[in-house]
Amino acid sequence: MSVELDVFVVNTTIMDEEVYQLWLDGYTVNDAVKVRMEGGVLEGCEASAEVLHSDTMDQYRTFQMCERLLHSPVKLANQLLFQIPPHRQVMLIERYYAFDSVFVREVLGKKLSKGTKKDLDDVSAKTGVTLKSCRRQFDNFKRVFKVVEELKGPLVENIRQHFLLSDKLARDYAAIVFFANNRFETGKKKLHYLTFQDFAFCAGQLISNWTVGALGDYNMVEDMDVDLEKEFLQDLKELKILITDRDLLDQHKSLVCTALRGKTKAFNEMEANFKNLSRGLVNIAAKLTNTKEVRDFFIDLVEKFIEPCRSDKWTAGDMRLYLTHYTNSAHVLDTFKHQVVWDRYMGVIKSCILKMYHD
Amino acid sequence: MPGKLKAKIVAGRHLPVMDRASDLTDAFVEVKFGNTTFKTDVFPKSLNPQWNSEWFKFEVDDEDLQDEPLQITVLDHDTYSANDAIGKVYIDIDPLLSCEAATVISGWLPIYDTIHGIRGEINVLVKVDLFNDLNRFRQSSCGVKFFCTTSIPRCYRVALVHGFVEELVVNEDPEYQWIDRIRTPRASNEARQRLISLMSGELQRKIGLKVLEMGGNAVVGYLQCFDLEGESGLVVRAIGTACTLDKLSPGTAPNTTTHTNTHTLPNTAPTSNACNSPSKDSKEPVFSEDPPHSLSGPPTPLRTLPSSSPPPFSPSKPCSRQSSSSDTDLSLTPRIGMGSGGSVGKEAGPLKTLLRQHTQSALEQREFPIFTLTCFPPGFLVHVGGVVSTRSVKLLDRIHNPDEPETRDAWWEEIRQEIKSHAKALGCHAVVGYSESTSICEEVCILSASGTAAMLNPRFMREGCLDTGGSDHRLSRQPHPGMVGSERGEGEVSSTWLGFEDASPPSCGFVHIPYDEFNMPFPAQLTYCYHCRRQKVPDVLFTTIDLPAEAEVTGKGCLIQARLCRTKKKAQGEVNATSISNLLPFMEYELHTQLMNKLKLRSMNALFGLRIQISVGENMLLGLASATGVYLSALPAPGGIQIAGKTPSDLSYDQHISTMQKRIDDTIAKNKELYNIHPPKLFTLDPEAFTGLNTECIEEVVGSPIPDRQRSSRLFRSTSESSDELSELDLSHGKKDAFVLEIDDTDAVEDIQSLLTDAPIPAGFYSCNTEVMPGIHNWTSGLQMFTSVRVYRLSNANLTNQGLNKIFTDLCENLLKSLYFKLRSMIPCCLCHLNFTVAVPEEELIQVAVTAVAMSFDKETQQAADKALTRGSGENEEQLQFSMELCGESTISNNQPTAKPSGVPESAMVHSSRAPSVDYGSFADRCSTWLELLRLKAHTIRRGSVKTISSSERCSPLPEGRSRSLRSTRSLPCGAPVTVVKMTPLSFLPGTRIVKYLGIINMFFIRETTSLREEGGVSGFLHSFIAEVFAMVRAHVAALGGNALVSYSMKECVFMENPNKNQAQCLINVSGDAVIFIRESDQEAIPPLLTSRQTSSTGADGTT
Repeated sequence: MSVELDVFVVNTTIMDEEVYQLWLDGYTVNDAVKVRMEGGVLEGCEASAEVLHSDTMDQYRTFQMCERLLHSPVKLANQLLFQIPPHRQVMLIERYYAFDSVFVREVLGKKLSKGTKKDLDDVSAKTGVTLKSCRRQFDNFKRVFKVVEELKGPLVENIRQHFLLSDKLARDYAAIVFFANNRFETGKKKLHYLTFQDFAFCAGQLISNWTVGALGDYNMVEDMDVDLEKEFLQDLKELKILITDRDLLDQHKSLVCTALRGKTKAFNEMEANFKNLSRGLVNIAAKLTNTKEVRDFFIDLVEKFIEPCRSDKWTAGDMRLYLTHYTNSAHVLDTFKHQVVWDRYMGVIKSCILKMYHD
Repeated sequence: MPGKLKAKIVAGRHLPVMDRASDLTDAFVEVKFGNTTFKTDVFPKSLNPQWNSEWFKFEVDDEDLQDEPLQITVLDHDTYSANDAIGKVYIDIDPLLSCEAATVISGWLPIYDTIHGIRGEINVLVKVDLFNDLNRFRQSSCGVKFFCTTSIPRCYRVALVHGFVEELVVNEDPEYQWIDRIRTPRASNEARQRLISLMSGELQRKIGLKVLEMGGNAVVGYLQCFDLEGESGLVVRAIGTACTLDKLSPGTAPNTTTHTNTHTLPNTAPTSNACNSPSKDSKEPVFSEDPPHSLSGPPTPLRTLPSSSPPPFSPSKPCSRQSSSSDTDLSLTPRIGMGSGGSVGKEAGPLKTLLRQHTQSALEQREFPIFTLTCFPPGFLVHVGGVVSTRSVKLLDRIHNPDEPETRDAWWEEIRQEIKSHAKALGCHAVVGYSESTSICEEVCILSASGTAAMLNPRFMREGCLDTGGSDHRLSRQPHPGMVGSERGEGEVSSTWLGFEDASPPSCGFVHIPYDEFNMPFPAQLTYCYHCRRQKVPDVLFTTIDLPAEAEVTGKGCLIQARLCRTKKKAQGEVNATSISNLLPFMEYELHTQLMNKLKLRSMNALFGLRIQISVGENMLLGLASATGVYLSALPAPGGIQIAGKTPSDLSYDQHISTMQKRIDDTIAKNKELYNIHPPKLFTLDPEAFTGLNTECIEEVVGSPIPDRQRSSRLFRSTSESSDELSELDLSHGKKDAFVLEIDDTDAVEDIQSLLTDAPIPAGFYSCNTEVMPGIHNWTSGLQMFTSVRVYRLSNANLTNQGLNKIFTDLCENLLKSLYFKLRSMIPCCLCHLNFTVAVPEEELIQVAVTAVAMSFDKETQQAADKALTRGSGENEEQLQFSMELCGESTISNNQPTAKPSGVPESAMVHSSRAPSVDYGSFADRCSTWLELLRLKAHTIRRGSVKTISSSERCSPLPEGRSRSLRSTRSLPCGAPVTVVKMTPLSFLPGTRIVKYLGIINMFFIRETTSLREEGGVSGFLHSFIAEVFAMVRAHVAALGGNALVSYSMKECVFMENPNKNQAQCLINVSGDAVIFIRESDQEAIPPLLTSRQTSSTGADGTT
């Protein structure tokens, strides 16, 4: 005797959150049953593995039918097929669009193309996330990317409206979209120590300060939040004077050193490295007009600034102190005329470096 | 030209992509009614078209309005080739034809395609302008209200019950027409859907006409069925109970009828007083009026049915071999149990006979004194005799002339006649809780009908003499089915209004035997009623109705199922029919034995809602009997089950028997605990009543002997031979054994096996197949309707009966287990109205479908509510109040303010201030010991805080409320969020009040696929189809302005597959009553705790 057909349909769709997570994580029905059994779901119920299997199958089917709707979450709210209480809808969407940080770290900054998708089995093997789950996450990135790419207005807000995500998750997606669009390099070995949240923070800084949208002007061009403002990047070249003009460089150094003296143990190293570090930061700024260099933004920050500091054993406090004075001292330089650009640049650089300066 | 139908097509959304090139669709809509078609403009390149069409107007006969559905077809415009159909929407206009139902159909309806399923939605507006038709010869019956509900709908009161109406329409099945060979599956499915829609409309119209002729204005308990007879055609038939209903004005409604509980009555001062005073006046006229009427012969004439049904009893036709097993039924059914109240009641003898004559004369004029109702206004049901059922095996032949459905009509006619005569044999003049069904396999068809023989109060049948006012208000009080056992007051009222105060004592009248004690139609063990001590009652009572509101029940009830599988040889034609009809009596017998054993095992003495289904397949017959067992306080305690061996010499054999016996005894004891069955001991009765008992009675109480007459009764063919059995009865009288199973009997071994293999129900769950579970009152608003379908393949063909039985039992048990597991989050909860349907779709396949509703209840206040209800006050308020009282008491007695429910200081304040009013007096009655009471109290204290939280939780986050908040935060491109539509197979929603019935929903869908694998196999296919059917039902209810569908049922779920061809097809027929409900709390003073609930329910109102 075998069960040929087995369905259970309810008027108000109930979904077990645990099973939903297993489904999202790409477990097969049999594996999910095993996990549930080990989780002790049968305790207290006089039920067998058979019952559990049938229940898991039912739920998996429901999820599969819902998946189509989850691709455009706005539809989920006004579709008629499943009567799902609104708070459950929110949960379904939020979980569906949630991602594994290990996974996203692998594809961050990569082109969301078919080629990348083909390599997902490698990613899966590397991260331990099931291929199915990898695909879902990748498709989510791609879907969000495609939708917001065409839209005007603030990136985070667009994502939140079209995918009904929480603010936190919408921001993360904004970061992913931003990274994918600018193709920032994140996979180099030197960057491995950085988490997705580090990058997401930096992306947030870049989006809110360096894009056209950062100026609060959304009427001119399309997709302004996704690209860095061209004019600003052009202006950054002017900062070069800080390193090319010897007087200015010396002046800058002495100002910073005066302010730092006696306040940190690493003062000697700071003084010795000042010119190198300053060159590093200003050079990064000057090169950003070149899209290729933009991709290396983070690797440059690490190589040119963070690594030297780390080898000199700066503490986080040292870093903050140094960057604050480094930024502020430039204002005192009478021959340096690019205060606004400098602030806009250094504001982001400072917060990014502070975020990225850890082990 | 008495009607103008107007339709407007507003917009579409979520349409499928029809043009691959542009990923868009150029959609337009065709609106068709009868032969008239209108079209909208093409809305180019959009998946969310806005047509905003003009009003399309159809000027039509009201006859057509009733028959035809409005057909809306959405198409994709194609310049070069034929336009592609996206899908269709059929809209039943009928609800718009009654002024009391819906006035407009407006909303988003799913666009349905039989191959692709739901493909987007369309927003439509439909209205009807109806002109009064005074033509006496009219063919339409607009305005007759239809209800699937098998009780008097909640916002109506019944003025008169006219009786049985039936109709039957036949046609050729389009699936089997020659043209089907050349048309596409889609065209064929659509033809079928349309035809059935038309036939249902016609059927409803014809029934409506009959109702009008009888002078009624509504059909209650409307039951429509399809017989897919394959080659021989398509039969749509319906039965119902014609009534005259009066709508209650909204002002009086809350305090009288529609209230889900009647207990508000005594306490709510002004309105009920107004109602009560005329009721006193009414007594007199009632009393004086009744006898004269009955003496002066037949009272106001009852219109006999306009006989569209052919003359009764046409003996077996040459073309169709028929054989009835009904005689066997009779000998079986009565054996098991009946009601009582014989005409020889001590004090009220003469009066009673009078009543009896009277009622009979009123009823006997009807062709069929049959009622589809299962739940009655108080006082309607006088006595219950027992289950009557009939089965008949027929051979199908092609229906040659669709306009002359006489053969089918004659078949049913015969069956109803037989039912009627069975009822008569039980001393009853009417049949209630009546239903009909068929099972078809190839050309063999089993027609079945069953009901409960009963004596009814004639007052509801007669016209003119029903004094409005007092009695009306009583009539209108539809008691809540859940409020059983606490209705002493109610019972008294109903007895007064019979005019025979002494004759029918409160609450136990219906179990008194209706037949003559000294001339019993069958052997039964009679005792004096345990409640009134005056009338005789049987030892066991089987019925098909719901538990009457006035019945007193000890403990809780439970679902009892008997399952049976019998192999049969494959055969053709008459041989096949004969072998089936030979098998039927044995199956019925065994099902009854199983039911009886299981009932005894649970220490119960009555079955309600009994439904026996026998399904025929090519090589087997399946029998499934479901009922809800209860312990009726008025009936004697059931004896145990005694196992007897035939060869007592063998020692090991004896041992085997004694272990079996022990297991059975243990199970009985366990079940008594589980279902809380602790009947009062005999000595607790008042001495007066005690002295009134004769010795025989006492003897029965001690031993409650039931004769071992199983084997012998097999031989009996009919109730008329009961005299033989009577002697049998005397012989066995000396035995003290309760119920003897002889182990040598292979059947008995099987029985014992099945008895003991029934898995216990998990803790926190209850189940029943009636409206609600006796003994549970405090339902929360949490409910979940579900449908589960399973198909099993029997792997090896050479199974024995016993093996098959085991498999079948396991299937049902596993299915139940699965349900309990899936619904575990609702604990404590009760699965109500568990409706099993079995079928044998193919050789070696067994299909089981279950529809039910899971309703959660408050455990903490369970006992409290019992008491609260006896005190007679509003349910919600009372429930809450009592839990508070318990908490308050706890804080005082423990001197520990910290034990108060945390987080809700205001309510805690209320608690302590309320505490002095606690009265455990009557409460203690319900608890068997003080210890239990204390335990319960401690429990409540422990769970006190949980309780408060859960109640507020239950109140606040209602879907309606949430959807509102969502609306404000999200900008939805496609308008307002979807209305939440609740669905339930019950006639009510707990904690709510139905304020309006919007009309009947009766939909038929076909879904077919040629890509079964791609759609997730058979399970995926059926899962999405059922989900789609639910969605369409919800959408149509919402479009009528409703927020719930009550009395929902899935009548047909025919599934066919051909995995080799990657194909499958499924037909589903669903029905129910669309209603508007409001939360009860809207009407009442709401404690601060419940304010959140109020806000959310206003949200609900907003969405309706």
